[in-house]
Amino acid sequence: MTSIPPSTTHGAEPLLRVRHLSTRFRNRDGEVTAVDDISFELAAGEVLGLVGESGCGKSMTGYSLIDLVDPPGYVAGGSVRLNGRELRGLPAKAWRALRGDRIAMIFQDPMLTLNPVLRIDTQMVEAVLAHRRISRAEAQTRALDALERVGIPAAAERLRSYPHQLSGGMRQRVAIAIALLNQPDLIIADEPTTALDVTIQAQILYEMQTLCREAGTGLIWITHDLSVVAGLADRVCVMYAGRIVEQGSTAQVLERPAHPYTRGLLDATPAAALARGHHRGEPLRQIPGSAPPLSALPAGCAFRPRCPRANESCLQVPPRVETADGQEALCWHPLSPGEALPEASTAIGVQS
Amino acid sequence: MTLFLLRRLLQTAQVLFIMSLLVFVGVYAVGNPLDMLVDPQATAADTARVAAALGLDQPLWVQYWRFLGNALQGDLGNSFLHGTPALQLIVQRLPATLELAVSALLIAVLLGIPLGLWAGLRPDSFGGRTIMAGSILGFSLPTFWVGLMLIMVFSVHLGWLPSGGRGPTREFLGLEWSLLAPGGWRYLLLPALNLALFKLALVIRLTQSGTREALLQDYVRFARAKGLPPHRVVGVHVLKNIMIPVVTVVGLEFGTLIAFSVVTESIFAWPGIGKLLLDSINQLDRPVVVAYLLLIVFIYTLISLVVDLLYAALDPRVRLAGGQTA
Ligand SMILES: Nc1ncnc2c1ncn2[C@@H]1O[C@H](COP(=O)(O)OP(=O)(O)OP(=O)(O)O)[C@@H](O)[C@H]1O
Ligand SMILES: [Mg+2]
Repeated sequence: MTSIPPSTTHGAEPLLRVRHLSTRFRNRDGEVTAVDDISFELAAGEVLGLVGESGCGKSMTGYSLIDLVDPPGYVAGGSVRLNGRELRGLPAKAWRALRGDRIAMIFQDPMLTLNPVLRIDTQMVEAVLAHRRISRAEAQTRALDALERVGIPAAAERLRSYPHQLSGGMRQRVAIAIALLNQPDLIIADEPTTALDVTIQAQILYEMQTLCREAGTGLIWITHDLSVVAGLADRVCVMYAGRIVEQGSTAQVLERPAHPYTRGLLDATPAAALARGHHRGEPLRQIPGSAPPLSALPAGCAFRPRCPRANESCLQVPPRVETADGQEALCWHPLSPGEALPEASTAIGVQS
Repeated sequence: MTLFLLRRLLQTAQVLFIMSLLVFVGVYAVGNPLDMLVDPQATAADTARVAAALGLDQPLWVQYWRFLGNALQGDLGNSFLHGTPALQLIVQRLPATLELAVSALLIAVLLGIPLGLWAGLRPDSFGGRTIMAGSILGFSLPTFWVGLMLIMVFSVHLGWLPSGGRGPTREFLGLEWSLLAPGGWRYLLLPALNLALFKLALVIRLTQSGTREALLQDYVRFARAKGLPPHRVVGVHVLKNIMIPVVTVVGLEFGTLIAFSVVTESIFAWPGIGKLLLDSINQLDRPVVVAYLLLIVFIYTLISLVVDLLYAALDPRVRLAGGQTA
């Protein structure tokens, strides 16, 4: 893997710079914070893995970046800068011009992202024509090129198909081709391979990575699967209950995790556990308990009730600690490199 | 496709047969047409002559057998009352009913879809809530009452529109049309509105719920993520999907528009087949009643065939049974 310096370096503005972004839901029974004060950066051509359990706010982060949060949700604050340009506060029209042109997004289920009653060419051509004043025929050619680039055989024929005539993998490739159509600066991929089988998943991962590297496109890859991130991402952000609890280069986060939650996730991953000398047949260590609902988050560190290292200090919101160059954790007592978690029996720390 | 049509034809024939049998027995059970046709002071011999002339002296199964034989040759019998072929009586009145039903359908669709879309896009706005509340009224108010109110307000109090009758018509393609005659629409408007009300409410609710559902779908989010303008997201991505249920339901409802024009036609003295049916039932004019119901069944099957074809055209995932992709 080409080594790219962590993008927290100072100086030139990175492709994407997110600062203190928060997204909240205003419901009948109060407000919940789905994305809580997250900050990260992404350089051109770089792949950022956004990892976390279901419901931790990964998708919401993606939607917040391209202003697709549906009411009653709303982006409550923070800054999103793309190539140095502040996007928060842009009028709807400017956002529309950006979406699909400079920032593209792909979704999880390829069975659901394409409109079932429109032909593939219709759905591709409209995506071009929304941003370019070119003829329909030229748009059609672009669509054909994009399909070929993502490895769709008999692309001309596929263009005239309806989504239901394609397999899941083909459909996701079409969605990726649509994302690539206008050569965006940033692609947000929200678990696009989760619904596909493993071989196709690996193919698509590889192709996406190559395409983005070549074009210098920044890629945010949302997943709950750490092993996907290991092979794909340059940098990793680990989310828990709406916060980024740890971020750093992939090597740092996966090999020397600083946050107990990251450590716990890794211990629960079969491949990583085996590599650490875990014996087959032994049960994997799971993180005790389950993620709390947003409406009942514990005060201070939200991971506290599940954390074997928790103590009184964790009742306060933890600080952002730089544990290595370019690696930081949101924790009162981050692990030192290589440090293991204490046994689960000691996890009876501070209960909420 | 041919297989599909053939199967449909067979089904229709079955339904028509069963229907004719039921109606025959039904009208027989209601009363004796001779009581209506023959002067109470007439002699027994006179009555017998009339009965023989109309074939009413035969046992019911013989009467039905004769009817069936004639029907297969396209003759549904003569009206007891008028002596003219029953089918001809109906066909003469049919254009008036069709014009009324089509107008009502157009009102329901052309008003209902935009209103439903609006309410679906802004379910919590004042406008959206008002539209939905209005549609509940449209469902629950009885047609005859609304008809009378329309006459009260627009004819009696405001004096803007006539209270009944068909008014002037103009001939086109051998049929009489109100809409083509100058001022003809003034006669058509109130009955069409009255007939449309229920369907309008239905179209609004269907469109509204379809829109709300479609807006939650990933394909709509993806369309927005492509940077499409709202009119394209709603007008193409949402609308094309909700048109499938709307066309299906509205198409099938067109049959009931024709069938239920009875109430509206009698309130507004609209000279259509609905009014003819009421008169014929009152007079126990069996051939007309039978012919009317058979025609309605026929129209129903025709409509459902058209709806199926439309459905296949709108939804690429649908294949017609026994045929290739549309
Ligand atoms: N309308 C809403 N009101 C309140 N909370 C909501 C609403 N919609 C979503 N949420 C919350 O936002 C949080 C973040 O959801 P999000 O879809 O981003 O999770 P995710 O990390 O993408 O999970 P998954 O892996 O299941 O896709 C969830 O906990 C969810 O409960
Ligand atoms: Mg998600």
